[in-house]
Amino acid sequence: MKTKKAEKPQGLTFQQLIFNLQKYWSDRGCILQQPYDVEVGAGTMHPETFLRVLGPDPYRVAYVQPSRRPTDGRYGENPNRLYKHSQLQVVLKPIPDDIQTIYLESLHAIGIDLRRHDIRFEEDNWEAPTLGAWGIGWQVLLDGLEITQYTYFQQCGGLDLDPPSVELTYGLERIASFLQEVPSIFDLRWSDDTTYGQVRLAEERQFSAYSFEAADVDFTRRHFEMYEEEAAVLLGRFPGAAEDDLQRERFPVLAAYDLCLKCSHLFNVLDSRRAISTTERAAVIGRIRALACRVAQAYLAQRGQLAEALETEARR
Amino acid sequence: MSAKTRKPTARQGRASVASAKAAAAPEPSASFLLEIGCEEIPARMVARAATELRILLGKYLTAYELAAPEAIETWGAPRRLTASIPALRLRQPDRKTETLGPPKAVAFDDVGRPTKAAESFAAKQGVAVTALEVTSTPRGEYVVARKLVPGKPAREILAEILPRAVLELSFPRSMYWTRSSGPRFVRPIRWIVALLGDKIIPFSMGEIASGRVSRGHRFLARQFRVPIAQAGDYVRALRQQFVLARPEERKERIEKELSRIGMQHRLRLRPDPALLDEVVYLNEYPAAILGGFDASYLALPEEILVTVMRGHQKYFALEDRNGRLAPYFAAIINSNGDASGTIRSGHERVLRARFSDARFFWDTDQKCRLADYLPGLAGVTYESRLGSYLDKVERVRWLARSIAEGWFHSGHLEADIASTDRAAELAKCDLVTEMVRELPELEGIVGGLYAAEQGEPETVAAAIYDQYRPAGLDDRIPRNLPGCALALADRMDSLVGCFAVGLVPSGSSDAFGLRRAALGVVKILLERRLPLSLSAAVATSARLLRELAPKLDVPPQVESQVRIFLQDRIRYVFHERYNFAYDEIDAVLAAGADDLVDAEQRISALRAVRRSKNFEPLAVAFKRIRKILEKAGPPEGWRMESVRTDLLADAAERELHASAEKVAKESARLKRAGRYREALEQVAGLRPVVDRFFDDVLVMAEDDAVRRNRLTLLAELLREFSDIADFSEIQTESAAR
Repeated sequence: MKTKKAEKPQGLTFQQLIFNLQKYWSDRGCILQQPYDVEVGAGTMHPETFLRVLGPDPYRVAYVQPSRRPTDGRYGENPNRLYKHSQLQVVLKPIPDDIQTIYLESLHAIGIDLRRHDIRFEEDNWEAPTLGAWGIGWQVLLDGLEITQYTYFQQCGGLDLDPPSVELTYGLERIASFLQEVPSIFDLRWSDDTTYGQVRLAEERQFSAYSFEAADVDFTRRHFEMYEEEAAVLLGRFPGAAEDDLQRERFPVLAAYDLCLKCSHLFNVLDSRRAISTTERAAVIGRIRALACRVAQAYLAQRGQLAEALETEARR
Repeated sequence: MSAKTRKPTARQGRASVASAKAAAAPEPSASFLLEIGCEEIPARMVARAATELRILLGKYLTAYELAAPEAIETWGAPRRLTASIPALRLRQPDRKTETLGPPKAVAFDDVGRPTKAAESFAAKQGVAVTALEVTSTPRGEYVVARKLVPGKPAREILAEILPRAVLELSFPRSMYWTRSSGPRFVRPIRWIVALLGDKIIPFSMGEIASGRVSRGHRFLARQFRVPIAQAGDYVRALRQQFVLARPEERKERIEKELSRIGMQHRLRLRPDPALLDEVVYLNEYPAAILGGFDASYLALPEEILVTVMRGHQKYFALEDRNGRLAPYFAAIINSNGDASGTIRSGHERVLRARFSDARFFWDTDQKCRLADYLPGLAGVTYESRLGSYLDKVERVRWLARSIAEGWFHSGHLEADIASTDRAAELAKCDLVTEMVRELPELEGIVGGLYAAEQGEPETVAAAIYDQYRPAGLDDRIPRNLPGCALALADRMDSLVGCFAVGLVPSGSSDAFGLRRAALGVVKILLERRLPLSLSAAVATSARLLRELAPKLDVPPQVESQVRIFLQDRIRYVFHERYNFAYDEIDAVLAAGADDLVDAEQRISALRAVRRSKNFEPLAVAFKRIRKILEKAGPPEGWRMESVRTDLLADAAERELHASAEKVAKESARLKRAGRYREALEQVAGLRPVVDRFFDDVLVMAEDDAVRRNRLTLLAELLREFSDIADFSEIQTESAAR
């Protein structure tokens, strides 16, 4: 039976997809946060994940995070790869017992009939060496397509997490391409009358050109070193126990973390310029991790929760 | 009470146990079921976990005499580990225990009244003093407390041991999901079914209490909760809810589905047993679907296409009737089928994207030649102290050349030196290509493919392609001699380099795969029957490490460590693959055999001669000679420059000396000609004169000069005739006197 309706393009638009997921998680008690305004490679680096998973306080949050991966840039010419893709990140602490079911129902909320598809959870233990973070989990495959990274966080900033959190990272472009059945990300309907390409293609071209060709290696290295140094100097001034509460509360741990994120992004730019040999790589990652771990400790110390965290760790 | 009651108490002597078996009546028993319901366990760990669960339960159930370990069956599936026993005793058998107490003389006074010692013993054992008995032991008469310990109900015991056994399962990495003090397991445990017959075995793990409710297939099941009425119903109840609990059943179904697809579409499945095992543990209710891809992708090498399909997507590759890769794949899905074709088109889309990436990598990589990647290897660390891959390439080139030269000059003309050098130069270039970054499992193979594509000689391309072969004892070795030289040189450099910086494999840690590298060396040399002095190759490799970047300090003892390490693999291969006895292998290795083909010939000869009548007695005699010489003390104390014929007093020793000289000459000639068997037969022929010598001659003569002369004669005999094989290593029926 052919009607006009049948011609209606299939699947949610990119922005409807975001709305539906945000609504779904908002209904399950999540705070809806906004993307972080510093360049990051993944939603995990947003302070709403990196810092909030630390310590014992319950938290539920969801947000979209545009994530820059300079080496994945393809000048907008590859149908599946992007310099910057969008993740929808959900973090729940503590972990609900029926979290897998809750997650699967969220797929239903974006129009995926699970009975007609092949869903599987395949082992994939996530690790972010620059953040001193790792977890146990899966990649969730929908008819062979990885749509979500599903992780039970065990450690972050080098600290054991107690209680642990669950992190769900939806790959929005992938899911949208699946729903709309388009051959290229750039053909996705962002809204009813605008495509993903119209919104983002120029950005893909220019940032690919920047990170593969134009970024000045020397400047970038110097930026990296300056941010690193400032972060280290700042963290070195973290007030000791003797100093007063106000001073501690006002101490800019969050700013130190921003500096650390800058380092991480600049490292990625250097990497895409192939300015970092594998030999050097491990060492630079170690330097960023050292900062991230100090930030995590300062964050807990500021909230008076560090001693408890370290005690738990010592018991194990 | 636990198994502890069975242990002898330290002070009171020994307790012994005997099961008080009900003689005739059949013991009441019931079927048993344990199901640990879990979030998806990584496929590669499930089978091992199920086996381990069987072993752990076997251990506990044997200790408590509840079931025999053979009766336990365990199964694994993505979301569950299950143990099932058709009949488990409902009650532990009663046990009679005996505990020895103090000696009778201490326990009873002169008039036979129990003493304080007896009273306290009885109290401790929980029996009345009047119940104490006396028993005689080899050490005299002792008081004994005999008790009947009633068996406990199985449910009680199970409730205690089941959670313990489950938490004892070991996984490569475990996690916690409630609190760090909560249970740790491979993935969160979400439900537990524990039944004895129709009764729940009550226990809990973390916040999960055991019960009778299992779960069916996530999407196909008609009901979310699947109550199991009694243990024996389990497999059937789950099958009704689209879960095949037994892996064999899932495997069978997958195989059937795959062959159906093959028949329908006239395609042949590329067999892949490892992938088959993996998908068995990725699906609860598997079905196979056929998908296709654009035939234009077949322009990419098969290796790349198959790796993408298999590694990333877990698809089976299919081929046409001529054995060529067909533009189709078979995917195993966790579903009841795909009537609408939705799932198929999803999988096809994903594969298309993967293939288009692969094509992008191929095209990008082809923009420059393989050799252009060489400088980039300076930035890739092999090991921090062993330098970059560029350094390694330089060392491997030298070593590979010297190996190939050796072969070429010994008549193996196929060992083309220029090809070997070129292959070694380009061998590691693919490490910095996009393709290997994306598909690291194709390291080497990609280099070979690129070399062929770019017009390098076929020999060079094949040598690069094969450089990591053999991957194991059952894998092929490189197909040409430049490839063999490259593979050997690369492994030798890794072995000597890693040993030099202390990366010696121990236990399960062998990060650089040195055991496999050494096995590869042995396999290549033996299978292609290639001459190579291992000690010389090790020495050259050590020299290159010292002289070329990073100019490592390689202490001399490292060379002998590597030789010993290689010897262990040599023994293993000769024993496992050539069925040689260890003493035969050791005899030849102890004689300094350093070239594997030569060693193999010697062992074969030794093995043949061993059956002759003279051999074993001679081996005994050689052992005896060795003992005599050891007893005589350090050689400086008795060894003479050579045997002095004028001091040979006895006829038997003159005869031995003369025969030995003659045989030595003859056997040396045969040995040089590689006729080891005849040489050994000559030596074995010495037996009568050696026997006569020992019958007639006293080695340790009183006269100092005569004694030293005789010792020297024996020492020379041992040295002269131990250079093919050291007979004293041979295990003989009659031990050396």
